[in-house]
Amino acid sequence: MNHFLRMLFFALIVRPIMLVILGMNVRQREKLPDSGPAILVANHNSHLDVLALMCLFPLKRLRTLRPVAAQDYFFRNPFIKWFALRIMGILPLDREVKKKRTSPLAGIYGAIERNEIIILFPEGSRGEPEELGRFKTGIAHIAKKHPDVPIIPCFMHGLGKALPKGEALLVPFFLDVFVGDPLVWEGEKSKFMESLSCQMTALAAQGDFPPWE
Amino acid sequence: MMLGNWFESPPEWLNLAIQRLGEPVVITIAGIFGLLVVSTILVKLLKMIKPGINLDEVSQRISSWWLMAGVFTFAMVVDRAVSIFFFAFISFLALKEFFSLIPTRRADRRVLFWAYLSIPLQYYWVYIEWYGVFIIFIPVYMFLLLPTRMVMIGETEGFHRSAGTIHWGMMLTIYCISHTAFLLVLKRNDLEQGATAPGAGYVLFLVVLTQLNDVCQFLWGKSLGKRKIIPKVSPGKTWAGFLGGVGSTTLLAWWAGPHLVGFSPNQSIVAGLIISIAGFIGDVNISAVKRDLDVKDSGSTIPGHGGILDRIDSLTYTAPLFFHFVYDTFTFHTFGSAGPLAP
Repeated sequence: MNHFLRMLFFALIVRPIMLVILGMNVRQREKLPDSGPAILVANHNSHLDVLALMCLFPLKRLRTLRPVAAQDYFFRNPFIKWFALRIMGILPLDREVKKKRTSPLAGIYGAIERNEIIILFPEGSRGEPEELGRFKTGIAHIAKKHPDVPIIPCFMHGLGKALPKGEALLVPFFLDVFVGDPLVWEGEKSKFMESLSCQMTALAAQGDFPPWE
Repeated sequence: MMLGNWFESPPEWLNLAIQRLGEPVVITIAGIFGLLVVSTILVKLLKMIKPGINLDEVSQRISSWWLMAGVFTFAMVVDRAVSIFFFAFISFLALKEFFSLIPTRRADRRVLFWAYLSIPLQYYWVYIEWYGVFIIFIPVYMFLLLPTRMVMIGETEGFHRSAGTIHWGMMLTIYCISHTAFLLVLKRNDLEQGATAPGAGYVLFLVVLTQLNDVCQFLWGKSLGKRKIIPKVSPGKTWAGFLGGVGSTTLLAWWAGPHLVGFSPNQSIVAGLIISIAGFIGDVNISAVKRDLDVKDSGSTIPGHGGILDRIDSLTYTAPLFFHFVYDTFTFHTFGSAGPLAP
């Protein structure tokens, strides 16, 4: 039942908005994984980011897509919680973990074992639209624990213009997605984070975006 | 034998299409697909004769032409409202491409939203055939309204550039293109009641000649082109391409005009000249924008062609100019300037 609602939501609302009203230009689409386990990491500008990334995959893959989202933000009220868990299929991430025993990443490890495709925004929050923030190191922990799971960087441009933080009005702009090569774990956290930043900057440089101030 | 039968008693749907659109229009549409079949076979043959030759881009272009011709035909044949919606959608895609291409200000998000909203309105004027508002809505009312909205937001840095570029994009992608849709709803005064509406013929004449003119200019330029016509803007364009295109398009117009749109031979020649010369200017106009912004294509919506703007660049110039020529050649009855509200 839930999965049916989810399919309906994506087929009738999300895809028409993403593919027709906005329109996606995807470069190097062939670098996307066909099946899980895999992790997609992307820059974060807008609430629509996750919907756009989920549209990169065919509808039949929807069941295996698991975006990671902040528990404190998406569990604010029962409806949003239901929507986030049941329709979006999020993996809730507890951002205040200091005192707990279990790893905050346990949910993600579970998803990897279930061969799911995880979507993660290492910037942690949307931040200033169309500006690349600092990446948090959680992703490096995952890479260390599962060095064989491909981590694919994606750079997105346009959604921060279409629906930036704090705005409710959607204004159509084309959306560009650049898919990069899988990141490799070479035994060091700082090295991994550096190669992630490098790839993101390189992907961003592929596009030639007009200024938006 | 089968085919002979088919010709003697055409199927129901074909009869309906002929009744609604007129025989010349249906023949022209058949001609478009005939041309596509021929070019598809030609490319296949070329690949067989010269296996080493790289025709990937040409094949991609032709398969995109198949898709575009298919969608266009569908939109033209089904129903009047669908045809108008189709052109509105083209305007939307083109405007979105333009706004994604140019520098915009964050403060103008709401202004851009209003710009988008003017698309359904402009095409609604077409739908109700209100010529008087159709012809001034964007050049006057949106022109005055957008800066009003911008002043209300209050961001003055980059104000005039923003006001200028937003309206310029709307004029090209909405106003100019919507003239194609208005051609569709024109009804001639001198034709008796119940006669096939000539609108579809005008649209087909305009769109097919505009697109063929692009192709002819390209082919003439590739085969004979030497002297560059406008090297600073578009280094690929040559005098041979331009003149060859004007010649072929005008010849085609002279041949098709009397059948498709009821022009005299002389009127057909003038229409051909308008379409071929204006088409060239429309093309290099968008080329100049792309060169200014340092991009090769305006987008990547149509494989092998680039973006929507790359495909309709010529039409932005040919549509209004051809419209005025048609409008002044015959007399039409629309609501005119009085509008549907007049007693």
